[in-house]
Amino acid sequence: MVMIIQTYGTMLLKAMGHTLLLCLLSLVFATIIGMIFGLMNVGHNRLLNFIGTVYVDAVRGVPLIVLAYFIYFGIPAGIQSLGFTGFKMDALQAGTIALSMNCGAYMAEIVRAGIQSVDRGQMEAGRSLGLSYGAGMALIVVPQAVRTMIPSIINQFIITLKDTSILSVIGFPELTNVGKTIMGNTFKNLQAWAIVGIMYLIVITLLSKVSKRIERRINRGR
Amino acid sequence: MADNKDVKISVKNLKKSFGTLEVLKDISLEVTEGEVVVLIGPSGSGKSTLLRCLNQLEKATSGQIMIDGFDVTDKHTDINKVRENIGMVFQHFNLFNHLNVLKNMTLAPVHLKRLSKEDARDKAMQLLERVGLSDKAQAYPSQLSGGQKQRVAIARALEMNPDIMLFDEPTSALDPEMVGEVLAVMKELARDGMTMMVVTHEIGFAREVASRVIFMEGGYIIEEGTPEEVLDHPKEPRTIDFLSKVL
Ligand SMILES: Nc1ncnc2c1ncn2[C@@H]1O[C@H](COP(=O)(O)OP(=O)(O)O)[C@@H](O)[C@H]1O
Ligand SMILES: [Mg+2]
Repeated sequence: MVMIIQTYGTMLLKAMGHTLLLCLLSLVFATIIGMIFGLMNVGHNRLLNFIGTVYVDAVRGVPLIVLAYFIYFGIPAGIQSLGFTGFKMDALQAGTIALSMNCGAYMAEIVRAGIQSVDRGQMEAGRSLGLSYGAGMALIVVPQAVRTMIPSIINQFIITLKDTSILSVIGFPELTNVGKTIMGNTFKNLQAWAIVGIMYLIVITLLSKVSKRIERRINRGR
Repeated sequence: MADNKDVKISVKNLKKSFGTLEVLKDISLEVTEGEVVVLIGPSGSGKSTLLRCLNQLEKATSGQIMIDGFDVTDKHTDINKVRENIGMVFQHFNLFNHLNVLKNMTLAPVHLKRLSKEDARDKAMQLLERVGLSDKAQAYPSQLSGGQKQRVAIARALEMNPDIMLFDEPTSALDPEMVGEVLAVMKELARDGMTMMVVTHEIGFAREVASRVIFMEGGYIIEEGTPEEVLDHPKEPRTIDFLSKVL
């Protein structure tokens, strides 16, 4: 155990950094995707509803690992076959896209549920004062929805952090991938995976603690 | 433009359906400036729907609705602009739960640039004084009683300086001891010359301040006239039947 930490310590920390980078990028994009598709789903435009539903159902209906393979191998192959032979995508880009799309679909559902949890009378009161639909959403509905959404968002963030490990399959040197390498070099299955597991545990525990604090602050400051 | 400048609300052959359910069957009415029209009728008769069609919270299925000379059923009318001049008070108050009383009142006029922040604040404080809630400016809706919430909701609507006010059963969700304080604010508003349409079961209020009472049932206006005519000497059997149940 000590030997592994001594020899592979920096490598593991760097891998943790990659995991966090991938996770952070994905969360940012997923939040944007979730907002856009979530709002599309609660509006009254049939076409937008349809697009939103198709996106959410399609992404949720495909395992993340398949989505990652599709984006990392499938898309470049398709683009190259169109004649753009130089097209490449690195594992971080592909991983970020796959994870953002996946997490974004779940975030869209969280946004939709959050907005629908706000009483319709809130929007109606805003509209009756002359506010546009957009202003009513931005100033009245979303601020109230966010409060009910926070526990689910935190939960989704933690799931996404764990899901980064799935992207070891496309060769991105994140924590799980590096765990595999160490295991291959040392054949110390038990120790290597224990260390990797504990590292995930520490980061996720910290993330939950920070989130809980944010959650409390938002609930208090109203 | 309406031919008569005094006409604030003019409804012609309004019909409204929800899917296959026709809720308003053929409604025509006019409300002139300063009139207080009280709408009564059994539950489900379409009173709320009629009120909500006036500011287009519900889209009319057919017919014409003119407000202040603007045809609100016309797609080209800027409905948001027209709504700025029509205050609406809801049965369940619908105060913005995440904002304090002051913010509830100033949000729309400031966002819509009707008033500067300072002016909106000053005006809000004056209105709160008028409804007897000066000390509640910083309170959140959850800290108010039902009667206080409804008075804030009225003040919030007045903050936009509307020339028409719509009330949809403003006292129905209140404990009996709070009904009076809300009705008092509404009576004062009526005396000050506000054009009002009020859905209510408060027959006493109708007697005291209504210029006209309209009885609705099944999506039709069955009978209308002065409070004495409709409440004391109703002609239609359905009006008589309804009044015998609520009086
Ligand atoms: N959004 C809606 N969708 C479907 N039906 C509705 C809707 N709003 C009202 N209704 C129906 O329209 C009828 C009239 O309702 P309403 O105008 O609320 O009556 P009132 O206010 O006189 O009690 C009722 O049968 C009600 O169920
Ligand atoms: Mg009603």
